[in-house]
Amino acid sequence: MRVLFKVYRYQPETREDAYFDSFEFDAEPTDRVLDGLNHIKWHLDGTLTLRRSCQHGICGSDALRINGVNRLACKVLIGDVGSKIKIEPLMGFTVIKDLVVDMDRFFSHYRSVMPYFVNDEAPPDRERLQSVEARDAYDDTTKCILCAACTTSCPSAWSNPDFIGPAAIVQAHRFIFDDRDEGSEERLAALGQRDGVWRCRTVFNCTRACPKEIQITKAIGEVKKAIVADRS
Amino acid sequence: MMSIHEHTFDAIVVGAGGSGLMAAVYLAKQGSLRTAVLSKLYPTRSHTGTAQGGIGAALGNMGEEDHWEWHMFDTIKGSDYLGDQDAIEVMCRESPEVVYELEHMGLPFSRTEDGRIAQRRFGGHTSNFGEAPVRRACYAADRTGHMILQTLYQQSIKHDVEFFDEFQVVDLLIEDGSCRGAVALNIATGELHIFRSKALVLATGGYGQVWEITSNAVTLTGDGLFLVARRGVPLEDMEFYQFHPTGIRRMGILITEGVRGEGGILRNHAGERFMELYAPNLKDLASRDVVSRAIYKEIRAGRGINGERYVHLDATQLGAEVIENKLPEIADFCRTYLGIDPVTEPIPIQPTAHYAMGGIPTDVDGGVVGMQGEPVRGLYAIGECACVSVHGANRLGTNSLVDLVVFGRRAGIAMAEYCRGADLEPTGEDPAGRSREELEALLSTAGKDGENAAEIRREMKELMMDNVSVFRTDELLSEAKVKLEELRERADRIAIDDPSRAFNLDLTDAWETRGMVELAQITTECALNRTESRGAHSREDYPDRDDENWLKHTLAVVRDGASEIGYKPVSITRFEPKERVY
Repeated sequence: MRVLFKVYRYQPETREDAYFDSFEFDAEPTDRVLDGLNHIKWHLDGTLTLRRSCQHGICGSDALRINGVNRLACKVLIGDVGSKIKIEPLMGFTVIKDLVVDMDRFFSHYRSVMPYFVNDEAPPDRERLQSVEARDAYDDTTKCILCAACTTSCPSAWSNPDFIGPAAIVQAHRFIFDDRDEGSEERLAALGQRDGVWRCRTVFNCTRACPKEIQITKAIGEVKKAIVADRS
Repeated sequence: MMSIHEHTFDAIVVGAGGSGLMAAVYLAKQGSLRTAVLSKLYPTRSHTGTAQGGIGAALGNMGEEDHWEWHMFDTIKGSDYLGDQDAIEVMCRESPEVVYELEHMGLPFSRTEDGRIAQRRFGGHTSNFGEAPVRRACYAADRTGHMILQTLYQQSIKHDVEFFDEFQVVDLLIEDGSCRGAVALNIATGELHIFRSKALVLATGGYGQVWEITSNAVTLTGDGLFLVARRGVPLEDMEFYQFHPTGIRRMGILITEGVRGEGGILRNHAGERFMELYAPNLKDLASRDVVSRAIYKEIRAGRGINGERYVHLDATQLGAEVIENKLPEIADFCRTYLGIDPVTEPIPIQPTAHYAMGGIPTDVDGGVVGMQGEPVRGLYAIGECACVSVHGANRLGTNSLVDLVVFGRRAGIAMAEYCRGADLEPTGEDPAGRSREELEALLSTAGKDGENAAEIRREMKELMMDNVSVFRTDELLSEAKVKLEELRERADRIAIDDPSRAFNLDLTDAWETRGMVELAQITTECALNRTESRGAHSREDYPDRDDENWLKHTLAVVRDGASEIGYKPVSITRFEPKERVY
């Protein structure tokens, strides 16, 4: 099929303003959108810049706005998007070049929720036991690949860059609901602050944006409840 | 002119996948050492995250007896007796404690009904020295690698590891038999940084991008391998490259062996379970080299689906519950990329370039050793870029993850010990000079006429797929050797498009392309040199394993653009080589 890619460009070393570039070429409907972007970079214009690595939806490098919706470029087929494809960088972060955004704030919010296992008791010789049900309680949020598709689809995060955002809450949820972990008190205190979970207005954009289909809004709701329960 | 920044650390880790992060956590736990992790990606983008099926450890959690000695035997047999048995013993003996350690770090393994780490069957893993399949692969659904990567990154944060994200190492400061640091390109700014160190570990992963159909990320370009080769360090057993039997047709995306571990069956165009012919005992759970060759033979005999170059992986008998709960990512891949439901339809698959058994020669603590067995002081290598050798001529499924954590940990401990007794060695004048010259020259081609790096990669990948993959002959390899030399010359004339400093991935792509062609050349020369068939190296003109002449490791060192080949003996401690039948 013939496709027209309209791609956001920002090349600060050679041009001050951002603009859109159009590329028209033949592609298979079963090609990934990322294949199209690679085709442009490798054969039409080597200056086009984007992050990419695994190319099958695991590494989380290539979250982009594709026809206005946050998706991983490697997890969307051209045939499913149509012949006209508009590509833009994630919203709400500073653009460094073309489709590459500055992720520093994203990762600093992530780090603020103690995103690691806490249990200071001496571990047993073998594994700590965990029931199948207890393991299921946080299964969904273990899938997060830190692609930032959720956080950059969130109106609260757009309007308030200090809001830690859905991804960081998902990461916190993964530990708060793990019955082996003992760091929740501190985590919940951090999440209960002004720019924590309460900035969430339950818009559900994050849930729709997640390429791993994590029920993010539900997870945020569970964290909110845990904070309330913790306070009472 | 590029500006240069300088840093000094005790220890440097290059690469932030499973092995690099494990080493970093262990270095950080030592307290007083200054450690930095350099990665050309954000750490969580590393390819360890794509490992699916499991990590092998003889825990015996499934009501079946298991022993690390059985794991050791299976690994040796899987390696077609080329793996070093002393190193394999270390790996299999330490595997259970490292898996428990990962669990103690919070890794969310799937669980058995009694709350223990769940285990499943995997190719080549057996009980009682080859008798029957055993459940040894510890898993977290089909996201085991993702969980390992996330857990180790989380632990790195907990232990305050210092990261330099999106820093690409472009040279190693190896002088007079010791490594004194590295030069890295800060991708975000285009500036060069000199990192001086007492000890440096390469954990840069594989080089599967050399082949057309591959499970490997586009960033798996073998940087650590070609960097050491350029500095005169040999590479070991580069002819042994694994093709995983089940990659998604045309795309190469991995479909875990766990699908067959849970009961999935390979079928040809007539719906026949053809593995019964090739491996009567273990059938679909024979080791990967055996299964990949069987698929190629079926395709050649015209028994591919519709006569085409693929067969089916049939998981329909597993049922919806097993697929949705134990193999959810696989189900997602099938639905996303193939538009099929694996619960009701077979999956079209073909072998896909997957894993380098060969690499940078090391001892069991990750210490790099040279051509005569002499240590390269201060230089370590772990994970896929290293060759201990625990995988020999063919790696068993789940053993890459075992390798990462066992040897990542050992290297972290050994490096800390080394750093305490070592001084920083001086670097020569202008240590970044060579890199600056190389990158400035490439940058100066921007917009000029020249070769397109992507076109060189495309030709190299097709050539390696046709001539240097599952089946090899003198004719195919000799042809590849000539054509690769032409590609190498063309790679010298690459011209890029992007003239800018910041985030110039056009520049790094071109730089990686040159390195990959060099690795393709070394691989081909080693494959041409080894006139026997063993494990993943299958020579149709020399179809038998030849222990009399070839029970030895290859060491290739590059001099004046050509590989000089030497050998080193295989460590055989417990299990004498015998015929390998599954």
